[in-house]
Amino acid sequence: MNLTRDRVVSPILFAIASFSITALFVIGVFIFVEGLPVMLRVGVWKFIGSSEWLPLEGKFGILAMIVGSITVAVGTLVVAVPLGVGCAVYLSEFASKRAVAIIKPSIELLFAIPSVVYGFIGVLFIVPFMREHFGGDGHGFNIVTASFVLGIMVLPVIVGISVDALQAVPKVYRDGSLALGATQWQTTTMVTLKAARSGILAGVILGMANAIGETMAVIMVVGNAVVMPNSPLDSVRTLTGNIALEMGYATGDHRQALFATGVVLLVMIMMLNTLTRYVTRKRVARQ
Amino acid sequence: MVVLSLTAVGLGLSGCGKRPSQGRTLRIVGSTSVFPFAELLAEAYRDVRPDIVVDVQAGGSTVGVVSAKDGICDIGTSSRELRPEEKEGLTRIEIARDGIAVIVHPGNTIDELTSDQVRDIYAGKITHWRQVGGADADIAMVTREEGSGTRGAFEEIVMGKTRISPRALVQDSNGSIREAVATSPNAIGYVSVALVNAKVKALAVDGEAPTEEHLESGAYKVMRPFLFLVKGAPEGETQKFIDFVLSADGQKVLKAEGLLSPSKQ
Repeated sequence: MNLTRDRVVSPILFAIASFSITALFVIGVFIFVEGLPVMLRVGVWKFIGSSEWLPLEGKFGILAMIVGSITVAVGTLVVAVPLGVGCAVYLSEFASKRAVAIIKPSIELLFAIPSVVYGFIGVLFIVPFMREHFGGDGHGFNIVTASFVLGIMVLPVIVGISVDALQAVPKVYRDGSLALGATQWQTTTMVTLKAARSGILAGVILGMANAIGETMAVIMVVGNAVVMPNSPLDSVRTLTGNIALEMGYATGDHRQALFATGVVLLVMIMMLNTLTRYVTRKRVARQ
Repeated sequence: MVVLSLTAVGLGLSGCGKRPSQGRTLRIVGSTSVFPFAELLAEAYRDVRPDIVVDVQAGGSTVGVVSAKDGICDIGTSSRELRPEEKEGLTRIEIARDGIAVIVHPGNTIDELTSDQVRDIYAGKITHWRQVGGADADIAMVTREEGSGTRGAFEEIVMGKTRISPRALVQDSNGSIREAVATSPNAIGYVSVALVNAKVKALAVDGEAPTEEHLESGAYKVMRPFLFLVKGAPEGETQKFIDFVLSADGQKVLKAEGLLSPSKQ
């Protein structure tokens, strides 16, 4: 009886799993088919190596936006890594069960807030604050503002994965360290964090990928000027922002160039995801 | 996420099938600026001709031009004048005119600029409010994204052959430009006159404020047409709908929303 059920369930689940992969495959093929021709016509190096973006005059260069995406992602990590890892260490090593029961779900709740709400709060509070206290070319719409907004947004990813990594460290490591007379802080920094470091790194890279992929909140606070940034107070445009801003109006080559922007984005995200897998696989192998 | 929505749009566009223009559905595709007004017209038309469904979609002025040309829709819409290469094969029907207001923060001491000054500000030649007689602060120029009809009209009327500086901040709708200007004391932006409210100040350009009177008389120069575009010559139900839009009933709908009657031709 149970065996027959297994025989039925297994192919159904297989079909479901294949569907997810097919979706990924179709999206990938679609974007490449739409985006590659214009990229090849313009020249790949010219497309990703020039920052002249005048789509209506046939000039497609997205370097400024690649740099924009990367600077915003790095800025996000500067905000999110100390906060996220600090929080994870507290939750995993120091907090009482009661504190964990309150803090952990709260942080997970951050993930449930729609990104447009983050953007709205950014526009209402952080942009005016940055403009009044720091000024700069972006008049408050700048890399730092976007990094703060995104930093809070990716916090649940970094905290969640880091806590898992810390808790995966066998208790005997900690006991051994404590038995040798190390304090709890010494144990955490010298033993636990070291043992968990590849897992934490994976969380950080995943957080970075999230930051690069985020669109709505970034468009609202980053100003979207197509220029190479000279300072963290400059406005930039990200790759995702470029697609979302212009896709509604684009036709012909312009539209294809937005798909080509998607190709570059896809490659960047794939590289980061592969890196995450590589980093975590190494951890498993070592254990 | 973006990747997914891109695909959806791509599929949506290609799925935009052909339909006979003599059917019971009239398809209108194009400018996002014309979109809300076309929806109101479609609604009003339902009272006159309940047997006709008018289906309105927004995709941008350029999409409107291309869709009309390819015969994908019955009527394409545009919120900017056609470029010479776009005109061929299309009948251009002006259904209304819309002023573009140059707006600043209400606290800005400037009330008026010449169109040359507006152009130089957006070109990045004038970067400081003091250069035009204002406060001691840098100018934050806010513009629409490439392809937008409002941007196209602004470029054509104000910028001429000069390019908008890449340093300009970009927002993707009339509403978000107004919001950005309303919250930044040193910002300048441009939006449809119908969208000016108490949170921003509309500047006089070349001595004329964008009041209804100045707009109607043509004294305020920064104005653009709202166009219906039809492949070849309009006929059948398409022509009947256009007649309705240009009739007193149709024009009343547009006027109530702050648009101006089409220029006398």
